[in-house]
Amino acid sequence: MTTPGRGNGDTPASVLELRGVWKTYGQGPAAVHALGGVDLSVAAAEMVAVMGPSGSGKSTLLTIAGSLEDPTSGQVWVGGAELAGMPRKAKAWLRRHMVGYVFQDFNLLPGLTAAENVALPRELDGVSVRKARAEAVAALEGLGLAARASSFPDQLSGGERQRVAIARALVGDRALLLADEPSGALDSVNAEDVMHLLRQACQRGVAAVVVTHDAQLASWADRVVLLRDGRITGQTTPPPGPESLLIPGQGR
Amino acid sequence: MSVPHALLALLSEGPKYGLRLREEFEARTGEVWPLNVGQVYKTLQRLERDGLVESDGGEEGPQKRFRITVSGQAELAGWLRDPPDLTSPPRDELVMKVLMAVRVPGTDVHEVIQSHRLYLIELMQQWTRLKDGEARNDLGLALAVDAELFRLDAVTRWLDTADARLRRAAAEPPKPAEPSRATVPQLRRAEARR
Repeated sequence: MTTPGRGNGDTPASVLELRGVWKTYGQGPAAVHALGGVDLSVAAAEMVAVMGPSGSGKSTLLTIAGSLEDPTSGQVWVGGAELAGMPRKAKAWLRRHMVGYVFQDFNLLPGLTAAENVALPRELDGVSVRKARAEAVAALEGLGLAARASSFPDQLSGGERQRVAIARALVGDRALLLADEPSGALDSVNAEDVMHLLRQACQRGVAAVVVTHDAQLASWADRVVLLRDGRITGQTTPPPGPESLLIPGQGR
Repeated sequence: MSVPHALLALLSEGPKYGLRLREEFEARTGEVWPLNVGQVYKTLQRLERDGLVESDGGEEGPQKRFRITVSGQAELAGWLRDPPDLTSPPRDELVMKVLMAVRVPGTDVHEVIQSHRLYLIELMQQWTRLKDGEARNDLGLALAVDAELFRLDAVTRWLDTADARLRRAAAEPPKPAEPSRATVPQLRRAEARR
């Protein structure tokens, strides 16, 4: 379990902090506890994978971390701001400025070009069309997609579409990236590219939570948290360097 | 792993010295399987005895150069296409541990599964670091790391399945024993005919 390391009421230094988070659907004997007391702390530049079977509470955890749903009890901080009691407008602002989302099915708007898709969240933020467009092209360049900026989603391959979605999630220097099975719809080699790009974003300082049931995807993370029946049942300790694998008799 | 055939494969590109063969073997396999030079010379001697390679006939040691023979090429071509024997399941220690954990009184099999799962994922994290680092510019290493990741991934999937199956079995009342013994020998017979 993650130890928050601070007394109640303190502002956590982490980008995302969940303390004692419960989410219950329904009431009385029909109540279902999607999350049953989750503590999770994700620091800047850290990539955390949350791994568990379907129905373990992974997606609920992600929607609560992204402030799309409120927990039944417990506390959530995003970028040091506590979500409980925050006005609806302030939450929406936080979502747009701090949090980027990547979904399994990309969720690009078919009528917009790659650059327009990436620029859209910035335009919604009130940034001028020209500036938003420039930021979008820069974000696409950073992911090796400069040449595809004017292409429409249906002209892109699956791997390219997901890279556009990552650019859209990162544009505007967002601090927290939430990804739900980000490479679930891609073949292994393209999935690897997507995870490599997410990892690079984390190395530049982004905090990421990647939800997956796939151990190979999870193994890209700095820390893998295992979730079952809404509870964290274990997590990996930071692994030694990969060099140890290649020295006979060590690491095996 | 078949070192003799791997050496034949490297010699199929042209004649080489023993020391170079060792270096190339390790480079080609991403240095995942280290090979000592004594092993290389011993293997080359055996290949020469069997007429699969021939040497310049010089002294034993680094000065001796080897080339593949026609029967060596035939042997190599056969090996590449010959499927390895995968018919009988390997006696996997992890599988054994979980099967036995079910029987040991006072043991929580799910806890046993969980500790193995965490260890496997930590190991996979290390391989993935390697893939995202050195292996990006080393095709041999990338292929070898992929193989290892898929192998470990298969084990974690089996653990997940075992976990789910054991939970379901615990939740459902036990059924009367079925005469299922006959199915395994039938399967074996069916395979033997192929």
